[in-house]
Amino acid sequence: MTNDQRPSAIRHVEGRGLPVRGHDIDTDRIMPARFLVAVSFEGLERHVFEDDRKADRSHPFNDPRYRGASILVVNANFGCGSSREHAPQGLARFGIRAIVGESFSEIFQGNAAMMGMPCFAADHDSIERLQTLVERTADVTIAADVQSGAITAGALRFTATLPPALRDAFVSGQWNPTAMLLDRFEEVRAVASRLPYIKGF
Amino acid sequence: MAETLFHKVWNAHAVRKLPSGQTQLFVGLHLIHEVTTPQAFDMLRQQGWRVAFPERTFATIDHIVPTSAQRRPFLDVMAEEMASSLERNCRDAGIPLWTPDQDEQGIVHVIGPELGLTQPGMTIACGDSHTSTHGALGAIAFGIGTSQVRDVLASQCLALDPLKVRRIDVNGSLEPGVYAKDVILTIIRRLGVQGGVGFAYEYGGATIDAMTLEERMTICNMSIEGGARAGYVNPDDTTFAYLRGRPFAPQGDAFDRAVAWWRQIASDRHATYDDRVTVDATAIEPTVTWGINPGQSVGVSETIAGDPQDEAFAFMGFRPGARVTGTRIDVAFIGSCTNGRLSDLEEAARIVKGHRVAPHVKALVVPGSKGVSRAAEARGLHHVFLDAGFEWRGAGCSMCLGMNPDRLEGQQTCASSSNRNFKGRQGSPTGRTLLMSPAMVAAAAIAGEVVDVRTMLDAIPA
Repeated sequence: MTNDQRPSAIRHVEGRGLPVRGHDIDTDRIMPARFLVAVSFEGLERHVFEDDRKADRSHPFNDPRYRGASILVVNANFGCGSSREHAPQGLARFGIRAIVGESFSEIFQGNAAMMGMPCFAADHDSIERLQTLVERTADVTIAADVQSGAITAGALRFTATLPPALRDAFVSGQWNPTAMLLDRFEEVRAVASRLPYIKGF
Repeated sequence: MAETLFHKVWNAHAVRKLPSGQTQLFVGLHLIHEVTTPQAFDMLRQQGWRVAFPERTFATIDHIVPTSAQRRPFLDVMAEEMASSLERNCRDAGIPLWTPDQDEQGIVHVIGPELGLTQPGMTIACGDSHTSTHGALGAIAFGIGTSQVRDVLASQCLALDPLKVRRIDVNGSLEPGVYAKDVILTIIRRLGVQGGVGFAYEYGGATIDAMTLEERMTICNMSIEGGARAGYVNPDDTTFAYLRGRPFAPQGDAFDRAVAWWRQIASDRHATYDDRVTVDATAIEPTVTWGINPGQSVGVSETIAGDPQDEAFAFMGFRPGARVTGTRIDVAFIGSCTNGRLSDLEEAARIVKGHRVAPHVKALVVPGSKGVSRAAEARGLHHVFLDAGFEWRGAGCSMCLGMNPDRLEGQQTCASSSNRNFKGRQGSPTGRTLLMSPAMVAAAAIAGEVVDVRTMLDAIPA
C-alpha cells in the first residue's frame, strides 16, 4: 500500500465505524514509543492503542462489536505530538481506511494522506452524532465521498472537509507524490543552484 | 511588498506548483536519525531510487542510545539492529553519520545548531516533530513522517501547503528563576495545544530579542506542542555571533556575505501577519504542567482549574483547586532537545551546588550532545551534579521518551525538563510527567517535591 508508486484514485470510502472519543489524542497513545524500536512497520497493528486498551477493557479497540470496522470517528486534534508515521501505519494495518473527526494534527494528517488514508474534518455536533450513532448501531455503514465531503450513515448526513490539495490529490490518484517530485528534476537542481548557502555565499 | 521570513524562505525554495495544487518545496537540510528512516530507505530501494542530495543530508543516532553503557553492540538487540541499519544505509548513500563513538554525536536538534549545519534562511526537514527547534536560527524547519523522509531522500523535496504566520510578541523582563521554558509553556497554555494548527509561529518582541540562541531553541522546540509545525525567530546579531566559527558555518569572507543574506531574509518591519498575539513576560512565573498535554500547566502560585471529569485529573492524581508545589517526585530528569544544552545545565548546576538530592529521588543529567557534555565537564559541572547525587550520563534522548533503557517504572512521578507529558510518554503506561524548566527540576530533585525555584535562588549570590 505505502510502497505503490502508481496510486489509484480514492473517491469513496465506505465501511463500519469505530468511535474513539476524546480531544488531543496523541501519537504516543496511538502507538507507544517502545514499538518504534524496529526497522519495519510490520506487526504494528497489534499495538495500536496498546496501553489505553490494557488500562481500559471497554476501550473501543477492544470492543468486539467494532471488529472489522474501517472508519475511525474521533474528536479534535487527533494525532497530535510526535511525527511518528508508525501511528497511522498501525491504524492502516489494523484495517482503518479513513478517519472522520473534528480536527487533526497537520503532521498526522499529512502522514495519513501519503498512505492513502483521508482524514475528514467536520463540526463537533456532527461528529458527536456520528459517534453516538455508531455506539448504538455498530453495524451501520458510514460512506464518505472525497470530492464533496458528504458523510452519510443511516439517516445521518453531514458535510466534512479535506484540505483542498489533499482532496484533489486523492481524487486524481496523486496522493503519493514521490514520482511527481522527481518528474522535473532539472527544476529542483535549478532552485538548489540559486540558493546562496548552496552556492557557498 | 513587506514580507515575513516564512514567505521569503518559502518562495526561495519553491520549485513549482504541483498538479495537486501543493507546492514542491526544496529542502535545504535533511537531518535523519535511526527511528524514522529504515522504512524510508527500504521504500527507496524497492523503487530503485537513489539519495538525490547526500551532501545535504546528515545523520545521527539519538533516540535509542543507552546513556549509561554506550559501547557497541547495544545490549538491546533491536536497538543495535536500528543503529547498524542506519550505518549501512548512510554508508551506501554517502551520508555523513555521527554514531555514539564519535565526538559530534548527540540529539539531532542539539547537534544541528551546535555544528553550524542549521543556518538562517534554510528549509530544514527531519523525521521528528521537534525539528521546529532549528527555527531559533531563522530557518523554516518542520517535522515529517517516514513516507516524507522517503520523498526528501529521493528528491530533496516535499509536497506541502504553505502555513499561515502568527506573530507572537513577548515583551518585558523575565524575573530571576523564570526561563524560556516558562515562556513557551505559558504561550501553549494560552493559545492551546491545537491553537497553532495551520500556523508557523514567529516569536519576537523585546524578551525574545534579549534571549540567547539556546533559550530561543527551547521556545521554538515546543512550537509543535502548541500545534504549530514550525516556529522561528528572525536572525539577528545574536544569531550571527552564535554561528561564527562553527564547523559547518561559512568561514572567512563567506561568513560576511552570508550575514548580508541572512539580514535580508528576516521579516520586513511592516510585514503583515495572519494573526498577532502579545504576551507579557513580567507576568510569567515558574510554570509546571499538571496534566497530560503540554497546555495543561499552572504557575507555581496558582491553583489548578479544570473540568473534574477531565481524565488528566485521575491520571495525574490531582484535583481541581490543588497546587503543583508540594507534589512528591520519584525521578528528576534534566536533558532532551528542549533543555539539554550547556546553559540549561549551568542554570541547574547553580541551584544544585552545595545541596544533596533527596534520598528518595533518582536524578539524571543527560547532556544533549557529546559537545554539550565536553563543555559542561570543562566547567566542572559534572562534579557539581555528581557531588549532589545526580547521575551524569552520556548524550541521547534518554528519558524524554520510552525508546531506550531510561524509563519511568509503574506510577512514578517525574520532574522533567523535556517537552511532552503525554500518558506513557516516559516509558511507563502509568508514569506521571511534570514538565518544568531545568532549574525547577534541579530544585525539585533537592527538595524531593515540586518547589518554587525562586525560593532557592534567594540563597545564591547573583
